[in-house]
Amino acid sequence: MKRFLPLIIFACLCVFLVIGLQLNPKDVPSPLIGKAAPQFSQPILNQTSQAFSPEQMRGKVWLLNVWASWCVSCREEHPLLNELAKQQTIPIIGLNYKDQDDAAKEWLSKMGDPYQLSIVDRSGNVGINYGVYGVPETFLINSQGIIVHKFTGPLTPVLIQKELLPMLVKLKQSAS
Amino acid sequence: MNRFLNTCQRMTLGILLSLYFLSSISMADEAKPLADNPELEAKVQTIAIELRCLVCQNETIAGSHADLAVDLRNQIRAQLQNGKSKDDIISYMVDRYGDFVLYKPPVKSNTLVLWFGPFIILLIGLWALLRHIRQERVVAKLVSDNPDDVLKARALLSSAKKDTK
Repeated sequence: MKRFLPLIIFACLCVFLVIGLQLNPKDVPSPLIGKAAPQFSQPILNQTSQAFSPEQMRGKVWLLNVWASWCVSCREEHPLLNELAKQQTIPIIGLNYKDQDDAAKEWLSKMGDPYQLSIVDRSGNVGINYGVYGVPETFLINSQGIIVHKFTGPLTPVLIQKELLPMLVKLKQSAS
Repeated sequence: MNRFLNTCQRMTLGILLSLYFLSSISMADEAKPLADNPELEAKVQTIAIELRCLVCQNETIAGSHADLAVDLRNQIRAQLQNGKSKDDIISYMVDRYGDFVLYKPPVKSNTLVLWFGPFIILLIGLWALLRHIRQERVVAKLVSDNPDDVLKARALLSSAKKDTK
């Protein structure tokens, strides 16, 4: 037994290392989950007269997707958002984060526009209030305006199937 | 041959260039404070070194050149100008980015292992070391307890020496 003690300790270290390697360091838990989505009133892309505030979505379950034309991983997830919009799974509002209006418009016309509307956040202040640190990020907000979940980084088919859709089902059940 | 030399040259150039860029990344130092209000900048800096940049997670907001770090430094500056205190600003950041934004993690129930784990492991190590030393002492005592045995052992050792000669 005593002879094997170093080996056992080494094996324990290996187990911790393997667990550690499987964690995603970019996935920092957001303190905003379970709290009301921060309020703001910001202009809308392609519209000069109106402004958007999250209050307008009260009563609906919706996604707030943070995107930018300069963001490479946004390209990766964009077809998935298009698909969600096509199937009318959930209303998606875009937050165009630290972008140029022209570049953003061009990007949407090229890639398709899954958003009901896109909020313009050129300074990134709305982003700071939502704790955005890695675009794309997606917030799931319930009918009471509470942030239920946050996806950091691009959505994937697996994330949508295994996490987003079950959460939507749950939200619908609790609403009825 | 000429073509081969050409590709060699290109490759060397590529390697040198990438080394240059790598070194410029690793040499990235603390952001230079702006000169217009050194007192304010010093204050911004003291707060910024306590906050983690979430984009490049091993850097502080003071040391990082990421866009977000610049924005957050501006945020700190603006809030200081509005008369906010250091504690106000730090809790503003924690409310938005969570405890992870603090470069020095707070002592909480979920960070106890982080804070005290190393000391516990150190204590276990000390305990094992002391136990080991004590056991060695017991063995040493067994050998030298009886003066007659010591004499016998010496005689045996010296005879062994003669034998080898």
